[in-house]
Amino acid sequence: MTQLQVTDSANLGNTAETNTGGDWRKYFGFSTDHKVIGIQYLVTTFVFYLIGGALAAAVRTELATPDSDFVSRELYNSFFTIHATIMIFLWIVPAGTGGFGNYLIPLMIGAKDMAFPKLNAVAFWMIPPGGILLLSSFFVGAAGSGWTSYPPLSLINGQAGEFIWILSVLLLGTSSILGAVNFLVTLLKMRLPGMGLHQMPLFCWAMLSVSALVLVSTPVLAGALILLSFDLVAGTAFFNPTGGGDPVVYQHMFWFYSHPAVYIMILPMFGMISDILPVHARKPIFGYRAIAYSSLAISFLGLIVWAHHMFTSGTPAWLRMFFMIATMVIAIPTGIKVFSWLATIWGGKLDLNSAMLFGMGFVSMFVIGGLSGIMLASVPVDIHVHDTYFVVAHLHYVLFGGSVFGLYAGLYHWFPKMTGRMVNETWGRIHFALTLIGFNLCFLPMHKLGLEGMPRRVAEYDPKFAGLNLMATVGAYILAVSTIPFVINAVWSWMYGPKASANPWKALTLEWMTSSPPPVENFHEEPILWTGPYDYGIDFEEEGEEKSVEELLAEVKVDVG
Amino acid sequence: MQIPTIDESKTALNYHGAAEAASHHEAHPDHRIFGIIVFLVAEGMIFLGLFAAYLTFRAVAPVWPPEGTPERELLLPGINTAILIASSFVIHKGDTAVKNNNVASLRTWFLITAIMGAIFLAGQVYEYSHLEFGLKTNLYASTFYVLTGFHGMHVCFGILLILGVLWRSLKQGHYSSKNHFGVEAAEVYWHFVDIVWIVLFLLLYIL
Repeated sequence: MTQLQVTDSANLGNTAETNTGGDWRKYFGFSTDHKVIGIQYLVTTFVFYLIGGALAAAVRTELATPDSDFVSRELYNSFFTIHATIMIFLWIVPAGTGGFGNYLIPLMIGAKDMAFPKLNAVAFWMIPPGGILLLSSFFVGAAGSGWTSYPPLSLINGQAGEFIWILSVLLLGTSSILGAVNFLVTLLKMRLPGMGLHQMPLFCWAMLSVSALVLVSTPVLAGALILLSFDLVAGTAFFNPTGGGDPVVYQHMFWFYSHPAVYIMILPMFGMISDILPVHARKPIFGYRAIAYSSLAISFLGLIVWAHHMFTSGTPAWLRMFFMIATMVIAIPTGIKVFSWLATIWGGKLDLNSAMLFGMGFVSMFVIGGLSGIMLASVPVDIHVHDTYFVVAHLHYVLFGGSVFGLYAGLYHWFPKMTGRMVNETWGRIHFALTLIGFNLCFLPMHKLGLEGMPRRVAEYDPKFAGLNLMATVGAYILAVSTIPFVINAVWSWMYGPKASANPWKALTLEWMTSSPPPVENFHEEPILWTGPYDYGIDFEEEGEEKSVEELLAEVKVDVG
Repeated sequence: MQIPTIDESKTALNYHGAAEAASHHEAHPDHRIFGIIVFLVAEGMIFLGLFAAYLTFRAVAPVWPPEGTPERELLLPGINTAILIASSFVIHKGDTAVKNNNVASLRTWFLITAIMGAIFLAGQVYEYSHLEFGLKTNLYASTFYVLTGFHGMHVCFGILLILGVLWRSLKQGHYSSKNHFGVEAAEVYWHFVDIVWIVLFLLLYIL
């Protein structure tokens, strides 16, 4: 008997009845069930993703021609500002940490729920007001000084919209901190007895690193925004040079959060990919500890490299040297992960379903973003391409090619667990193909545009850039279209898709050891940790005679005494 | 047959046999104090961020405080600091009392702590109203008001927590030597507010 069959049946126990999805109305209320909250996060943030995507489409429409002819320049500024704010604070951060973190952590560590279920629900219910607040600022003239909100520009650029932007980000940041408290306590204190830190799935390691990062960095952004709002509303001059203040202090505080934030946005996906690739390649993960510890290393290094965003802010040369070297050092733990993933799928029996395609797309697209990141870390290159489209290309390769591909991989992989239904693979693959083509068509040309000197955040540009910009716009439209098959596929499959078994991928982590979708409090009976999370392809046939589950259980119980 | 990947000492069943810690079938495990401490790490980082901003302003400025900033009185803030530090010891007496099941004594100590906190706030307000600079006078004045004000907000919240504990302690048997999360949470929070003030006092008044 193979080990897998043992685990499957042993943990499901005799309770054959599966959980029916239950009342759909629970998704609209104050539920304390981490699975409901996780799905609430995912659906809510996906809606914001579509809104942010619509704004991006508007931005690309404006940029299809060199002239400013689609929207007014002020509105254009608001569009790209709110686009970035939504994508960061209302999609990638809450979907990766809040969505998958909430749904998966208790299941993966064999707990019934998070450590603080009510706090968890409170943290989620800060997201919709935060998002609606942000969008409502369009009625008074939304913030238009970029998602960085650098003073003094942000102080003179429409007070009401800027103030609403600050309030909204503070609200979303608070939600993120409360979530991180919950994750950290749950991961450290509520693991299944017998599950040490080194038996945790790698997603849990990633979330441990992310939570620490959120706890340490997000409050500093709150501090910066509090000071900024005093400047904005009370007329102080913390960051206003005309009153003796120093705008560079804001930049330091802002990037002390916002650089770690890029790891907050990518580490959960690193974790998910580490869990998805071994399942669909049917191979043990390569370098479990290397991947686990590199998450911690990234989260530590991520805290001490923020000023590489400020090479052109009058940062002294010796400091630039430090931040350049520290930034390049991050390539080491990241490279460890990439090579471990490649070694994991090397020679595996790849099942090229949608989850795996997005997983492999993630690795390849992220590597491109990572390489341009090393270029940007180098001071001379950065000074040349600072605030050009090269930066836009880089950040979209890591945040879209990385994070969003990772989120899609996670959505396809855990969809059967979350909904109890299988997605349509054909449409999933079409979705992947459209996304990959649209994404590269949109963002690859931006590298060249940036190197040739096209500045970012402009509504009109030199006509010599027109060709590549048109190409990017076409790519953006393909990207917009690519979400349609996904949305239809997801909604249709959720309602009418074929029923999923408890463990359709034959995976070994604990979330697959319960019914799909799992019942309230997750496990029909207390789960038993039979295997490590990645012990794929280990054949026990030569171990001797086969035994039934009952015999094995009896044996274990005798040992226990 | 042995499955090689299982470490016998680590399987769930074995653990339960040995430790009988079957929290899974019991009530939700209580990790609230740990949660409070983790949360205070985040809270502390806001203050650290603000302190770092203050220190940077100060390092960059040619003269600090900027020329023309009136001298500050040290006596009142000194007394205030002493009161706040002392209150940390007082609140700890309350915590010790509840651990000995002495709720009456807990009430007394917590009431004294709340009064000391209120005196601190009153002293703060008195100082504000007698200072010769306002929020917008210069960068030093702005940082002074925002830092002390933000800390004062935390003192306020701490007093509310203590009053909440006092209110709940009126209910018979709400707190006991076994069950006193609220008392501990209020105490941990109060110590936090106290430590932040010590750093704040050193930065703004002494250094």
